Amino acid sequence: MATQDQEVLDLAESRRDYKYGWTTDIEQEFAPIGLSEDTVRFISAKKNEPEWLLEWRLKALRLFTKMTCPEWPFLPYGYEKPDFQAISYWAAPKQGPKSLDEIDPRILETYAKLGIPLEEAKVLLGVEGAAASAAEGKAKAKAMAAAQAEFETGAVSAEPRKVAVDAVFDSVSVKTTFQDELARAGVIFCSISEATHSHPDLVRKYLGSVVPVADNYYAALNSAVFSDGSFVYIPKGCKCPMDLSTYFRINAKGTGQFERTLIIADEGSEVCYLEGCTAPQRDENQLHAAVVELVAHKGAKIKYSTIQNWYPGDENGKGGIFNFVTKRGLCEGDDSHISWTQVETGSAITWKYPSVVLKGDRSKGEFYSVALTNLRQQADTGTKMIHIGRDTSSHIISKGISAGHGHNTYRGLVEVRKTATNARNFTQCDSLLIGDQCGAHTFPYIDVRNQTATCEHEASTTKIAEDQMFYCTARGISEEDAVSLLVNGFCKQVFSELPMEFAVEANKLLAVSLEGSVG
Amino acid sequence: MTPLLQIDNLHASVGEVSILKGINLTINPGEVHAIMGPNGSGKSTLSQILAGKEDYAITQGTVAYNGKDLLGLGPDERANEGIFLAFQYPVEIPGVSAMQFLKAAVNAKRKHHGEEELDAGSMLKLFREKAAQVKINPEMLKRNVNEGFSGGEKKRFEIFQMAVLDSVLGILDESDSGLDIDALKVVSDGVNSMRNGKRGFLLVTHYQRLLEHIVPDFIHVLVKGRIVESGGREVALELEKNGYAKYGIYQPAKH
Amino acid sequence: MPTLLPAPASASPAWLAALAAAGAAQFAAAGLPGRRSESWKYTNLETFGGIAFVPAVSCALTRAEAEAFFIPGLDAVNLVFVNGVFRPDISDEAAGLGAGIVCCPLSEAIAKHGALVEPHLGRLSAPAITREGEAFTALNQAALGGAQSGGFFLHVPAGAAAGKPVHLLSVSTREGGVFASHGRNLITAGSGARASFIEHYVTTDDAAAATPSVYLHNCITEIVAGQDAKVEHYLLEKDSVCAYNFSSLFIEQAEKSDVHSHTVLLGGKLVRNNVAPTLKGTAAHCLINGLYVGRGSQLLDNAMRVHHGAPGCFSRQYYKGILCDASRGVFSGRIIVDQAAQKTDAIQQSRSMLLSDDARVNTRPQLEIYADDVRCTHGATTGKVDEEAVFYFRSRGIPEAIARAMLVYAFAAEGFDRMELEPVRKLLAREMIARLPMAASLSIEV
Repeated sequence: MATQDQEVLDLAESRRDYKYGWTTDIEQEFAPIGLSEDTVRFISAKKNEPEWLLEWRLKALRLFTKMTCPEWPFLPYGYEKPDFQAISYWAAPKQGPKSLDEIDPRILETYAKLGIPLEEAKVLLGVEGAAASAAEGKAKAKAMAAAQAEFETGAVSAEPRKVAVDAVFDSVSVKTTFQDELARAGVIFCSISEATHSHPDLVRKYLGSVVPVADNYYAALNSAVFSDGSFVYIPKGCKCPMDLSTYFRINAKGTGQFERTLIIADEGSEVCYLEGCTAPQRDENQLHAAVVELVAHKGAKIKYSTIQNWYPGDENGKGGIFNFVTKRGLCEGDDSHISWTQVETGSAITWKYPSVVLKGDRSKGEFYSVALTNLRQQADTGTKMIHIGRDTSSHIISKGISAGHGHNTYRGLVEVRKTATNARNFTQCDSLLIGDQCGAHTFPYIDVRNQTATCEHEASTTKIAEDQMFYCTARGISEEDAVSLLVNGFCKQVFSELPMEFAVEANKLLAVSLEGSVG
Repeated sequence: MTPLLQIDNLHASVGEVSILKGINLTINPGEVHAIMGPNGSGKSTLSQILAGKEDYAITQGTVAYNGKDLLGLGPDERANEGIFLAFQYPVEIPGVSAMQFLKAAVNAKRKHHGEEELDAGSMLKLFREKAAQVKINPEMLKRNVNEGFSGGEKKRFEIFQMAVLDSVLGILDESDSGLDIDALKVVSDGVNSMRNGKRGFLLVTHYQRLLEHIVPDFIHVLVKGRIVESGGREVALELEKNGYAKYGIYQPAKH
Repeated sequence: MPTLLPAPASASPAWLAALAAAGAAQFAAAGLPGRRSESWKYTNLETFGGIAFVPAVSCALTRAEAEAFFIPGLDAVNLVFVNGVFRPDISDEAAGLGAGIVCCPLSEAIAKHGALVEPHLGRLSAPAITREGEAFTALNQAALGGAQSGGFFLHVPAGAAAGKPVHLLSVSTREGGVFASHGRNLITAGSGARASFIEHYVTTDDAAAATPSVYLHNCITEIVAGQDAKVEHYLLEKDSVCAYNFSSLFIEQAEKSDVHSHTVLLGGKLVRNNVAPTLKGTAAHCLINGLYVGRGSQLLDNAMRVHHGAPGCFSRQYYKGILCDASRGVFSGRIIVDQAAQKTDAIQQSRSMLLSDDARVNTRPQLEIYADDVRCTHGATTGKVDEEAVFYFRSRGIPEAIARAMLVYAFAAEGFDRMELEPVRKLLAREMIARLPMAASLSIEV
């Protein structure tokens, strides 16, 4: 395996620079290849799951086998449908770690290389220089980081924050940090596997309550074979003392990642959750079919941010992750609030529609998205806002950037049901085209059944304005940097929704992803 | 001494329309030149060409900057070499903060000259210093480039950029238009504070009002793509009195 | 389930028969769009599929009865169809529009002006018939040459201007039975030519008829606009509240041509209106202007497909919908910009207003863009009457109900101003007012 990976690395070297394209060579355990009841039983047994959960998975598998793959996403280049019998649904480091000391140092190294600290002494910061804040000159470094962040994002600088991390390596969660400190606040933050044992009632009550097992093709597959993911419960009235974060890494070859995340914010609570992902550079397509469910009770607020940087494949469209994800939040209680922010720069194909069901009166849903497609990437992404309660409101800002041979599609639904008196929606959907070989497509659906509702949808497609380019270059900024600067400006409404560290990271990621697309 | 800028027989056109018809102009280090001309005389075209705008075809002539060909350089290379155009209509750039924008520009220039990038702290210090020099409120830098700026704020921000980038040749395209007296004073004080034996300035203006505040060494009158008269301060005073009538154009040269 | 396919006609010449056969084969293969059809997502054809349509059993009507539907003040060539059948005896003389202009029933044109018709008939609709959800295009084509395929041919040669608008008045009567008509019009305008064409659907049912008549109009109009040509097309639809009207307008535009399409849907039980221009020559202009007003349980479905195939073209779509009672409106608009179509300037606006708790609107404004140097925008709004405006009216002493009616009218009437034929504007304004509550009390100048 080491040799193979070396080959992959050499291949990667000769190609585009995907910063996270390396692999970690550790001993891993795999499920037998293929999808069957046995596979599901194997996974369930590995995780030592209760009987009801195995039954739940088997039901999902039965439904999945009766469903057909969606044909509606817009894929100008087409794609080869995954062969579900050729994938291993379980890949885990052989050594099941219990504490940080027990984690294979190579995994720790992996996360360190990714800039994800699993040691609690450190804080998650994309800002260079802040890491040096440990010893002397702490205050100075902090000020420097703040100044830098101010430049990068224009955001008002904040103190570097503590972030608890759940690190998922292929199919298993290897480490969740700050669990004790969170526990003191009553917050449960652990892997979902752990939660099925430690908090079975909560898992049983909420799992599948927002995304039913057979909601859609890939959600059904996920329900049958999901491996790991994060579980979060924020108790009544609790403002989560730190941001929570999960970091997903696909490492093994010939596997898929099927994580499942469940976040419950009880009455009056608040939480900010961050998710990041990368994968090694490989010639084959790998499948990532996740399900994320959020439940916000009365007056609760959940802010969920994603930076998705899975390997996008090469310029000929070879390799890359198929990112087929179902994310949905339920504003169950009155005055609840769910906000999705996503920065999608990776994956060969992305199908992803983080949605909010606005059931509680006066509940509020938000979706802020930046999606960039370069090379031969194809993204079909957007959101659904389902207005059910009275005085519900939704706000959608989508920024699509197409470069190279990339195709970027916004697909969204705003549905105002009869009961949603005085519902309000505002949607702004802008596309930017860089180069003449790419495409930008917009397919919104607006369904209104209540006469007191107001929906506004605006969309535009343009290229970078020549006068803005000239203004930048006339100040000495190179064309490539000017494009990156202007693209960053185009995305600002979305970046400003991200925590500062993520915004800085997102900004850099965009610049890297756009490299070579100008001129 | 090598002239800072030497324009020889410059002809330029847009499509079929000839706009500049043989411009000759030499600016030596330390000199301030003013080009006055009525609407449509080609003065803005000249400034844009010097900054590297690609919308014009140069059909004849040469431009040398510090003795080297200028026309072969891209706009960013010219800026890095010290040319600065203060735009007549600075464009708004939504989403890009003024600070972020200037940081990119300063570091591009440093890179061009083989210098290290400035760290965030030194950059902030530089901005504060220059803001004090040209008397602008540093709060302005937190806003997006030119977005929602008043006419006066835009012009002041241009002068501030010129100071931050420490430009060698400043070209001010109608920097006085639409300014009230206070803003005009900020703009002219800014320019005057930068005048020294090495820098040169080219002031492009319709009206002579600006020249009361920034006193040029030479004044040229541009009419229909040609410099028809050159001289000292008296040229501007004459224009103020009689407008452009003696060149067959009936436009006043004062407000 | 009764078949919608007309009995195969012994169409001649051979090219026509081939077209009809291809249409029949396509329709037989595809069938009616089902529930999963993306293009008919909101429009259920299940009940429609169960109706046994027949050729019109009668087409009786007097000239005087027809004249009641003429557009007051419009000096037009009035061509009257009754239940889909052309009635030359109660129509105006079609000749005399100008030198070289041909205006005659399509069947006559096929026989006498084959060289003008053959290159174009079915050409613009051809890419559509195999497309998902375009069964009615295939069905119309299948009917070519048969008794149920009425329609007109208008040819304006290069440099000519049709002296008068052509007013194609389609009157439906109860006596026609449950008829189906597959009208087919072809308009060819040479370089610099000018023409106006009005399709006007009316019924002799009175508004209070206990059992309104049931019938189907499935009409296709193809417009070929040459370089610098200017063509204005109107579709005014006021069918019986139990009728089905499926209308398609295919347009091909050469360089610098200017085509305007105006659509006003007021009647029908289920109306589907397709407008599909292809801007094929550089710097072509296209305006699509529409209004639909739904009442009762009407379903009014509008599907736009604006295809920019050449650089520097300009298109505008302005659509408005007003939905009352339990009516449902659909607006699907797609702008497609090919890679070659740099410097495209395309705008699409859809605005709708719901006036009842049971009304519903579905909007799908879509952009599909493959060129980078473009300016394409779409906007869609759904809302009610502006309450601040209502308050402003009331503060000036205007009763609330009247204020609301006036604001609804203002919302609807904006599009009328884009129509060049003033008598059409006035007629529509009056009809719009008549549909508003408090009509009698409205002091709106027409």
